[in-house]
This record gives sequence, structure tokens and C-alpha cells, in this order.
Amino acid sequence: MSRGWGLVLFAVAALAFGLLVRGPYYLNIAVFICIHGLVALGLGLLMGGAGQISLGHAGFYGLGAYASAILTTRWGVNPWLAMGLGALATGLVAALVGMPTLRLRGHYLAMGTLGLGAIIQIVFNQADQITEGPSGITAIPYLSIAGLPLSTDHRFFFLVWPLLLGAMLLGGNLLDSRLGRALRALGENEGAAAAAGVDVPRAKLAVFVLSAVFASVAGSLYAHYLTYVSPSPFGFAFSIQLLVMVILGGEKSLWGPLVGAGVLTVLHQVLAGAAHQFPFFDGLETVAYGVILVLFLIFRPQGLAAPLRKPVSTSPPGPFPGAEREPVPQASSPAAEIAALPSDGSEPAAPGVKP
Amino acid sequence: MFTMIRRLTLLTLSLAALALLAGCPAKVTPVTPTPPQGVASGEPIKIGAILSVTGAAGAPLGTPEKNTALMVQDLINQAGGIQNRPVQVIVEDDQSDNTQAATAAKKLIESDKVCAVIGPSLSGTTLAVVDTFEKAEIPLISLAASVKITQPVKKWIFSTAQPDTIAVTRLYSYMKTQGLRKLGVIYDSNAFGKSGLEALQSQASSAGMEIVASESFESKDTDMTTQLTKLKGAQPEAIVCWGTNPGPAIVAKNVKTLQIKVPVFMSHGVSNQKFIELSGPAADGIIFPSGRILVASLLPETDQQKLVLLEYTKFYEEKYRQLPDHFGGHAWDAMRMLQQVMNVSGDEPAAIREGLETKIKDFVGISGIFSLSPTDHNGLTQDAFVMVTVKQGQWALAE
Repeated sequence: MSRGWGLVLFAVAALAFGLLVRGPYYLNIAVFICIHGLVALGLGLLMGGAGQISLGHAGFYGLGAYASAILTTRWGVNPWLAMGLGALATGLVAALVGMPTLRLRGHYLAMGTLGLGAIIQIVFNQADQITEGPSGITAIPYLSIAGLPLSTDHRFFFLVWPLLLGAMLLGGNLLDSRLGRALRALGENEGAAAAAGVDVPRAKLAVFVLSAVFASVAGSLYAHYLTYVSPSPFGFAFSIQLLVMVILGGEKSLWGPLVGAGVLTVLHQVLAGAAHQFPFFDGLETVAYGVILVLFLIFRPQGLAAPLRKPVSTSPPGPFPGAEREPVPQASSPAAEIAALPSDGSEPAAPGVKP
Repeated sequence: MFTMIRRLTLLTLSLAALALLAGCPAKVTPVTPTPPQGVASGEPIKIGAILSVTGAAGAPLGTPEKNTALMVQDLINQAGGIQNRPVQVIVEDDQSDNTQAATAAKKLIESDKVCAVIGPSLSGTTLAVVDTFEKAEIPLISLAASVKITQPVKKWIFSTAQPDTIAVTRLYSYMKTQGLRKLGVIYDSNAFGKSGLEALQSQASSAGMEIVASESFESKDTDMTTQLTKLKGAQPEAIVCWGTNPGPAIVAKNVKTLQIKVPVFMSHGVSNQKFIELSGPAADGIIFPSGRILVASLLPETDQQKLVLLEYTKFYEEKYRQLPDHFGGHAWDAMRMLQQVMNVSGDEPAAIREGLETKIKDFVGISGIFSLSPTDHNGLTQDAFVMVTVKQGQWALAE
């Protein structure tokens, strides 16, 4: 099934859900799946595409939320404009952090974003002249389309899912573009990609900035949906949650992060509900999370959304055909994978190629 | 090689994430299937409760609140329910998380069709659901103290917690009787501490006080000697520490180590047994405004609240084998207010709201004597606080 059909299916499903479901509770969960999905999608592009990890995406999410909150409540800026300005500012911040760290090989970006996330959280808490400190900003106005305020869960849902769809299209097209091919190449081997003429730092920076912008837009949506922001949702814990979403869904697939966001958000509600039935077992939900994560890491490290069997065709589906050539092959446990690596530390050969 | 590093890093990070998840407190939301025991029969009246039963920030508040709400539910049902119908309290745990609080609110309103809700436990989680309740037109009695909750007045939002502003008013009027005028402030940089600082600053001039220095600490800090040394340098006549445990206990110890001789005042944030446990002998002599529940048995017989305080303490101790605190008291007040209003007005949300605004006058509760009105949805005055001190590891009235 091509990606296009997948997107059509998603659109149909979302439309049907929106038309059939009226109650705010289920719509509320669906809205959060879309908002989380948007952040996770950006993070997935970064992780699957550039092979980089960000531990500060909750910070970018927060920057968007606070930009919207501050601009609209203090200066009466139009919410849509505020969303755009927030995305612009977040993109700039990401570029500033990304420029030095992405020139280096390895996981310096993870370190940089870890620090950045912490700084952002501290600023939210401490700069109370602007952010109103830990008690947060209330009475954020709703977004509105042609004079119609998006004040109900129902209306808001019909904003977020098309936005998410657009972001997925954008992400998919990006991966098919020249930049996408460059990312694919550098994900395989940075040295080889550079030798082939890919501007490695620039390609990585581009996808990182885009990913931060996605997070920022999602943050703005959060602010205008809940009409209240405070620093606590934008901390390190949420960055980790996003990481889990991407890993659970599969970083190598465009759909992975969205699937991860959906599963984690729904699971959260289901397990909270199940805990009602087992009041004697306090840690049920935590234990279930733990078990699920461990099982995934052992048996399905490529995530939920990855194709079940490695395709034999020469052009495998999924946005990162190059990445499929990693030595994940028949053996699916990480141990087997590591064992399959050549012991001399050289790059593993592609399947079917004798070293 | 790079690919392998990436995979290993991912794996390590995932394990770290797992460890983090496992380290989080349980997220459990026990609903209350307690069958009605009295003569009450018929369709139960459903009251929602959004409480921070888990989550680092809210669990110490949400747990006694949940216990109390369920206990009052049973007490009401044993006494025949409301208008001969049993009461059912449906507890939703917001895990001290704003987003989850909003979801819980929508679930209670939509799926459970509650007629009123008590909670959330925290100011942040409350502010995150205010909009939902205003739109759904369901009355909400918050158990959190931020002045932002009830000021400006919101049609459907009430609160039973004493706001910081009246704690400051009470503290200042006590300090004035002691002839203290110049103070150094040290505060926790969390919501509670900052809001306290704001109240201390804004009321200072009208109370004739002067803040000569102010220093902050982080909730997780383990040593405040630097800040206290700076405060000492400004030569205040008294030190005021505004925060919640464990910070103030560390301040109390550091004050003794640094041999600071001026009197030390604290906030109602330390009004629990934990503070004495944490600070040991250093707690002696510290004075703070507190709700009466802490010193219920020490109150004079003439105190209007004494009867209800002792009643609450007795029931709570019998049921849970521990002493109640003021957080649980907020839940008691909210439940009892709803009971009083619904006994007359029934379970129509609009009638309950109306009743809360007009019928709750001189309501003797745990946190004080409430008089709600269309312009005051909290209804407490500085008399909600008494000045409490510690003598040889025991609570005592300061005046």
C-alpha cells in the first residue's frame, strides 16, 4: 500500500470519527493524539531521518505554547499570527542550538537539547514578569476560522486532524525530495554521504529545525485548546514520553510516531480505567507500561508501524528504503543484531553483498 | 559503526525512559463502589472529584482529599443520603498533570454526568479545567489556593482553600502586635512560594511592613545557608520563609546553624506533622499562620469551629488510622457545602451553583467560616488562620 493510500485512509477514518463521535471526552482524547502525534512526527523525522535524538522536544512544544499564550494575552496578537511567530522563534532557537552541535558526529545534539529543554523550563518558571511563573497564563483566546471560534472539542478536532495530515504530507514529500535522499544517505554513512556531495551538517540542521517547528505548532494548538499554560507539562518527562512514542511506533516509518502517540495516549486512559477494577493493585498501569516497553525492545525494536516482514523487493516501502538495509534481517532481537555485526568494527555490509 | 552506536544509544535511552516510567508513582483511580448503607435509595446523586492522587506535586494533597471525600460520602449515605437518594463520589486521578485534569473533567461531565465536581487539588490543574466547567455549566469547588481561581469571580468556580493573601494578612497583623517591621523573605521558587512573595510584597506598605531583602531557593535544594547569610546581612527584624516541605525544614535547620537570632516566621505550607519530623529540634519557636485542624484539641471551647474539627478528626482517625490534615479539610468543606445546598435545591447544576452563592452563609467548616456571595466565591477571612508555634516538638497556639 502506498503512502498516499495510507493518508487517504487516515483522512477517512478521522472524518468518520469526527462526524460520528460527539462527546467531548473521546474527542478530547483524539485531539491530544493529534497534538502529540504532530510533535512525535517531527521527532520521528529527526530520529529516523537524521539519526539524531532530541531530548528537548518538550521545550520546543512549550516555546510554541508560551509564544501563543504571551502574544495573544499580553499584546492581543491574532492567534494564527502568534502561532506563526512562535514557530519562527522556535525554529531560530533550534537553529542556534543545532548549528554548533550538528557539525559534530555522534549524539551531541541529544546533550544540547537536554540542556536547552532544562533552560526553557527554568525560564518559564522564573521569568514571571512575562510568563507569570509557575501559576501559568490563563484566559488564552480560542483560534477562530472566519469568525467561528474553535471553542468546542468538536470544532477543534476538525482543525487538528487536517493539520496533522498536512504535516504528514509535508514530511512524506520531504523524505522523497533531494533533502530526503541526502538524509537517507547520511543516516547510512555520514562519511560516504559527505564524499558523495551531501552537505551533512546542513541537511541535519534542516530536519532538526523543521522538527522543532512541528513541535512549536503543536504547542500553540495545545495553548489555544486548553486556554491555559503552565510550565509543568513542558518538562523533561514529556520529552521522554515523546521518545517512547517514537520508539514504540517505529522511528523508521512515517506512520510510526503517530501510531506511537495514539497507542500511548489511549493506553494511558485504558489503563487508568482498568485500575478502577483492581484497586488493590496500585502499580498496575506503571507495570503494564514497563512490560510493554520491555517486550517491544526485545521482540520488535523496529516499532509497531514497521512492515512485519522484510520485503524482498528491490524498492522496499517506507520512507527510508536505505535504512531498511540495516542488518535487522531475519533475527529480530538486538543481541542477534549485534552478533551479526562484523567484529572488526567496520561498517556492516548490505545483505547480499559479500564483504 | 555509526548505526550501531545509534542503536545502542537508542536502547540505552529507552531503558532510561523505562526506568523513569517505573519510577513514577502509581497512577490509580479507584472509583467508589461503596454501596449506600442507610435508608437512601433510588438513583444515586453523582458528584465528581478530580484529585491528584498520584504524581509528585499533588499526591500528598490528593490522598487525604480522596480519603475524606469518600468518607463524607459514606457519612451522608449512612445518614439517609440527600433527599433520600444515595450519594456516589466518582474519583478521577489527574496524576498532578494539567492535561490529564482536562481529560478527567470531560469524562466526569460527559460519561458520568455528574451534577457537581470537587477539586482539582492543585492550582495548575484547577486553572486547566476552569474553562471546561464554565462552558459545561457545572459547578466546580476547587481545593486549591491560588487567588487566580476565584479572582476575578467566575460564575461556576468556587474554592474551599484559604488563599495565600489572607494568610499574609493574618501573619502581618500578628507581626505588628510583636512590633516587628523590617523583614527578610526567603521563598520557594515554586507556585506556592512565588504567590506568597507577591502577597507579602503587595500587602507590605498597607500593613506598615518593609521587606529589606528577599531570596529564593529551589524546591529540591538541600542547603539554604547562602541565601540566609545574605538575608542576615540585610539586618531584618524577622525572617519570613514561604514554602512547602522539605525546603522550610532545611531553612529552620540552617537558621540554627548560622545562629540567626531574629524570630523566624513561616507559611501555612508547613502546617503538617512532616515539618516537625523533618526539622527536629530546629522547629522550636517557629511561628506561622495555620488552619485550625492542626491544633483542634488545643482550641478554647468558645471556638466556633472546634466541634466540627473534632468530629472530622474522630471520623478520619477511626477510618484511616491517621490524623487528618487541612488538605482533607478542603474536601470535607466542599462535600458538606454541596450536601447542605443539595438537601434544599436538589441535583440540578444551576440550582447548586445558585445555592452555593446564596445559601452558604456563616458555614462552619474545617478551613474556616465561609460566607459565599456572588462577588466572593471563597468566602474566608483572615480569621480562618490561627498563629501556631512549636514548643519542644509539639504544636502550640502562639497567642
